[in-house]
Amino acid sequence: MAMSDKEVLEGLAEIVAEETGLDATEVAGPKSFTDDLDIDSLSMMTIVTLAEEKFNVRIPDEDVKDLVTVADAVAYITKAQS
Amino acid sequence: MTTLQTTKGPEFARLMGLGIARGENVVTNDDVAGPIDSSDEWIQQRTGIVTRMRAKPETSVLDLAERASRDAIAAAGIEGSEVDTVILSTITHPYMTPGGSPELGARLGCPTAAAFDISAACAGYCYGIAQADALVRAGQSRYVLVIGAEKMSDFVDPTDRSISFLLGDGAGAVVVGPSDTAAIGPTVWGSKDGAKFVGMTASWLDIRDNRDTPFPTLFQEGQTVFKWAAFELPDAATKAVEVAGLKPEDIQAFIPHQANMRIIDQMAKRIGLPESVAIGRDIADSGNTSAASIPLATERLYRDGQVKSGDLALQIGFGAGLVYAAQVVVLP
Repeated sequence: MAMSDKEVLEGLAEIVAEETGLDATEVAGPKSFTDDLDIDSLSMMTIVTLAEEKFNVRIPDEDVKDLVTVADAVAYITKAQS
Repeated sequence: MTTLQTTKGPEFARLMGLGIARGENVVTNDDVAGPIDSSDEWIQQRTGIVTRMRAKPETSVLDLAERASRDAIAAAGIEGSEVDTVILSTITHPYMTPGGSPELGARLGCPTAAAFDISAACAGYCYGIAQADALVRAGQSRYVLVIGAEKMSDFVDPTDRSISFLLGDGAGAVVVGPSDTAAIGPTVWGSKDGAKFVGMTASWLDIRDNRDTPFPTLFQEGQTVFKWAAFELPDAATKAVEVAGLKPEDIQAFIPHQANMRIIDQMAKRIGLPESVAIGRDIADSGNTSAASIPLATERLYRDGQVKSGDLALQIGFGAGLVYAAQVVVLP
């Protein structure tokens, strides 16, 4: 069953917090993964893979570069689930 | 009726002795950072590499292989002349043909041994162990010398940000021979069409047809390879433990190919290895040495007192192909 944006954001924030050590509350929609959250390319691949498993979606490697902000990722996952 | 006769060997094979050689020169991150507009901090954070060992210009990949092989043969307690099969895994022997193994055999005192090179990139050492185990147990060979040897520094582009700065030179060799007890578990191996993810920047034909083609060097799609290695391959490693009739807590050491410290960390986490398991982390000092990296990391674990003869080690090689192979071995 598809999850709401809020549920996806909360789940994604948990993954990001686990990978980076950041507080989950810092993982907000407008934040850029690279510029604001200081997430490098390998951490991003880890987050994407864990998100695929958690939300049961497929995020092809070539689409990862389009996930600039947390909101981008939430929208992608939500759409992929629907 | 005429019946074909075949060979039948001992029930088991084992690793008998290990030898290694590293490139002679220490190359720091500062030494390689300039042409890729990077820094020691950036390289350490993304790869875990502090230094890589690279060979002198006059040292060939076969020189490295010979050094490692002599020590392996001595450690196994046999003579070079007793080696009847030489399997050299390398992607940096700079001739398409002949392979380097016949010359290596001649240098080592086994000039008539069966000798062939295999091209399985960073998985080559584990592929070699799988073949040696099968040859010994089939009665086709008695003592097989398996060598992973690379002079990666001959095929780097200092301005390449994808893989060149990771690479080091070295060789690792092991003698595989008959055993009274099971000492090499079944190999879990496979491949996937991934030539576009790790490979060479040009082919011989590209150079033939366009002499302006730059000298071929290695490249990789780092993120894709990371995802494959860190998240798909732990299943193969776990299966190698299962088919050996073991559980993760039975293993004393995890010795993966030394591609990137973050791959090593993620693999160990996904496999669910207990804290007590020693993990090969030689990449920090030696860099990524392709087929040589697992035996080099094994030697480092011995030297640091983290493993001893008789310990069970889970090893997994993976790389260009894409190819991978994992097996549990009793350390010599």
